[in-house]
Amino acid sequence: MTASPPEPGDHGGATLPARRRREVLRQSLYVGGATGAYGISFGALSVASGLTVWQTQALSLLLFSGGSQFAVVGILGAGGGGAAAVATSTLLGVRNGLYALQTSRFLGVHGIRRIAAAQLTIDESTAVGVAQPEPAAQRLGFWVTGTAVFVGWNLMTLVGALVGSAIGDPSRWGLDAAAAAAFAALLWPRLRSRDAAATAVLAVFVALVTSPVLPAGVPVILAALAAVVVGLRHPGRHERALEGEDGTLPGSDPVP
Amino acid sequence: MSTWVVVLLACALAYALKLAGYLVPERWVEGERRSRVTTLLPVALLAALVAVQTVVGDGGEVVLDARAAALATAVVLLALRANFLVVVVGAAVVAAALRALGWS
Repeated sequence: MTASPPEPGDHGGATLPARRRREVLRQSLYVGGATGAYGISFGALSVASGLTVWQTQALSLLLFSGGSQFAVVGILGAGGGGAAAVATSTLLGVRNGLYALQTSRFLGVHGIRRIAAAQLTIDESTAVGVAQPEPAAQRLGFWVTGTAVFVGWNLMTLVGALVGSAIGDPSRWGLDAAAAAAFAALLWPRLRSRDAAATAVLAVFVALVTSPVLPAGVPVILAALAAVVVGLRHPGRHERALEGEDGTLPGSDPVP
Repeated sequence: MSTWVVVLLACALAYALKLAGYLVPERWVEGERRSRVTTLLPVALLAALVAVQTVVGDGGEVVLDARAAALATAVVLLALRANFLVVVVGAAVVAAALRALGWS
């Protein structure tokens, strides 16, 4: 450990104790592996929907956001038209822009690294990043997970596009459940904070209630309002109470 | 629209959205309240995503199937303080086993 404070744009991994570093790396690679493997079903579905191997690979390299990619090929495959495909894909992509509001704060990137960070800003890299308590681990988790998913997803897309569905549906192996479980595990420690728990409950409620009546993708974006409602309401009881801003909470919980 | 136009347009818009989050002026997201909101945003989005991925069917209705059982398994394992890999693999095994038994 050096006495000098870490640079804002520093990769940060070096300042982590070895044990934490291994922990974050392991988490990142598990998430990268499970998600990357899913690229095979995207590749297979895309070619089956009538896209060429190059078009399929372009989506994984340039769009690089699973939900949006499945929407594009699903809608094109069903004869839904280009405008609908682009619109749905873009709607699903709003999530990444909202993630970036938070990831940009702990990454502190500029120039070429910001260009790269933006492309890697997806569910998985954000989830692993924000799950870490220390800034150095947040940066390490984001970069390693984003890179692992990018490499795995693109390689498996190519495999899926070339060999089709010969390998079978990854959901047969429970890989879809593995991805959801990984997100739940990454969120879990944060739910000890009352504000985060309230946000999660409200977000789930909003998403489930609006799912039957709104197009796919919109309920999750709408659930972002949960963060706005809880965040603006009052200083978190388990977080620092504010001084001087609309009164601190009387009898706020002494539990850390 | 040709397929290539659709593909490249979707890619350009997706990247623009990602980058937009990085280009938002800092003073829009600074301050205690706004910073609380941006900190809670991933929690809200990921919690909603997990819910939609595990209990919402193709028609948008709530469906309890192997996905929900797998998530329930994950939550139990988390409550028992199981480590990350056990949680993830445990959920996958439950989903795969239930599907193999024909309960989709």
